[in-house]
Amino acid sequence: MNVLKAGARAFLHLFGLPAALLALWWFFAARSDSFYYPTLNEILSAFGETWFSSRIVDDVLPSLWRLAVGYLGAVVLGVTLGVLLGSHRQLRALLEPVLEFFRAIPPPVLIPVLMLFSGIGDSMKITVIIVGSVWPVMLNTVEGVRAIDDVLADTARCYGITGAARLRRLVLPAASPQIVAGMRQALSISIILMVISEMFASSSGLGFAIVQFQRSFAIPEMWSGILLLGLLGFALSLLFGLLESRVLHWHRGLRQSQKGEK
Amino acid sequence: MTSTDVKSAVRADSGLLDVRGVQKTYYGSGRTVEAVRDLTFSVGTGELACIVGPSGAGKTTLLKCIAGLLPPTGGEVRLGGARVQGPPPGMAVVFQEYGRSLFPWMTVADNIALPLKQKRTPKPRRAALVAEALESVGLRDVPHAYPWQLSGGMQQRVAIARAIAYEPDVLLMDEPFAAVDAQTRAELEDLTRSLWRNLGMTVLFVTHDIDEAVYLGQRVLVLSGSPTVVMEDVAVDLPAEREQLSTRALPRFAELRAHVYEQVQRAKTFHTAPAAGASA
Ligand SMILES: Nc1ncnc2c1ncn2[C@@H]1O[C@H](COP(=O)(O)OP(=O)(O)OP(=O)(O)O)[C@@H](O)[C@H]1O
Ligand SMILES: [Mg+2]
Repeated sequence: MNVLKAGARAFLHLFGLPAALLALWWFFAARSDSFYYPTLNEILSAFGETWFSSRIVDDVLPSLWRLAVGYLGAVVLGVTLGVLLGSHRQLRALLEPVLEFFRAIPPPVLIPVLMLFSGIGDSMKITVIIVGSVWPVMLNTVEGVRAIDDVLADTARCYGITGAARLRRLVLPAASPQIVAGMRQALSISIILMVISEMFASSSGLGFAIVQFQRSFAIPEMWSGILLLGLLGFALSLLFGLLESRVLHWHRGLRQSQKGEK
Repeated sequence: MTSTDVKSAVRADSGLLDVRGVQKTYYGSGRTVEAVRDLTFSVGTGELACIVGPSGAGKTTLLKCIAGLLPPTGGEVRLGGARVQGPPPGMAVVFQEYGRSLFPWMTVADNIALPLKQKRTPKPRRAALVAEALESVGLRDVPHAYPWQLSGGMQQRVAIARAIAYEPDVLLMDEPFAAVDAQTRAELEDLTRSLWRNLGMTVLFVTHDIDEAVYLGQRVLVLSGSPTVVMEDVAVDLPAEREQLSTRALPRFAELRAHVYEQVQRAKTFHTAPAAGASA
């Protein structure tokens, strides 16, 4: 009985507000006769026609591909640099001002510059995603690596856990809570940059398709693209949550046990 | 024939610990602390020596220098004839902050097995060692728990189990029984002695507890307050077979305890007179 209640409550929490918002949208859009605010009915039927078609291969998959490569590239690069900077104080002192400068540049302004070097193909978009998303991963990794408990580090040294084993058994797991937090920020930045880079200069992709619809006044189709982006972000965030709870279950337990002590 | 002789001679000395004129000063930002002034002593292979001294005397500092985790500011530590410059192989340390020395992302069994993996102990042997070590600290039931699911005393015992599963030549323990109840403490004391006698390792045991030091050790080194020197080296001439009740009831035990107690009391004020001369 209680389980049922709890399940129902969780369901309401997850879907209650979205359902209410959709209902509102439905209601107001149905009463509007503006060309720019099509009814939800129109958008939904456009959604099916538009996206369950060759566009899956032409636009959706290329976007997902760029997102995946760019995001994973940013994670690998960010963790690598973060571990290096986090473990070498002098290197950090040397590079910090430069890194702060580059971090302060809004990544979309790199698009015109990168277009000069790498054209308007996938590599430009992937580069934009990497350059923009690497920072939260890197900076969080640096913090995580610096915060490694020195008793734990001494323990590892005593038992001969050095080099690659140290990285795998001590550094990466110890920094994993911060790394995952950085990866979460990087995920939303990656999605934004994917869309923007495709809007700028492209011949395929979700961002490209949305701009194209807008220019040809295919308004319900345009809205359906925005809906698709929202759903994509939502799905990725759910996936990310699954990963997080697998990788960090020890961390949650640890924090709870520490709270209990206080 | 000769080669085995040489080998056993090397092996026989591998646990010989020589602390020569060790001095350690911490240079902090604007604050320098002379934690250890001048420590010289040696512990023979297979010996069990206890170290007592007031809080802040530099016992942990000394242990870290011996373990190769801290370079001494002066003097040197030699182990089996070789100068210690980093953590030597075959040495295990049980840290005072036991709770922070366990990997929270690994289960208890994995925590104990990790150093063995690193030593390339074959898997079946590893499993046996882990099970044995857990059994001997009375934690047979928790191999799959995470450290943070255990009480402080249980965590302490996991750290001890990890050290003994490692089968070290030299075992350093920094107030290892501080967090356990009296009953467990007595059991762990006897466990330490029986492991020491069975495995023939060199044990250096730091404690606050004078009774414990006399009960466990063949020797008790009394350190002065900071800046630290060895104040006295007391030989514990109790029978090798020790038993919680009867050994502690011996008149000789009481004498030794009283003696060490006096030394520790003296240690607290040891520097007030000579230190003035020394620093001038
Ligand atoms: N990392 C450090 N930086 C600066 N000073 C330190 C550091 N570690 C220890 N000290 C100082 O060195 C002195 C000795 O400390 P240490 O921890 O070795 O004492 P201890 O004998 O182990 O004490 P306790 O019995 O309380 O554990 C203390 O005055 C302490 O403040
Ligand atoms: Mg200490």
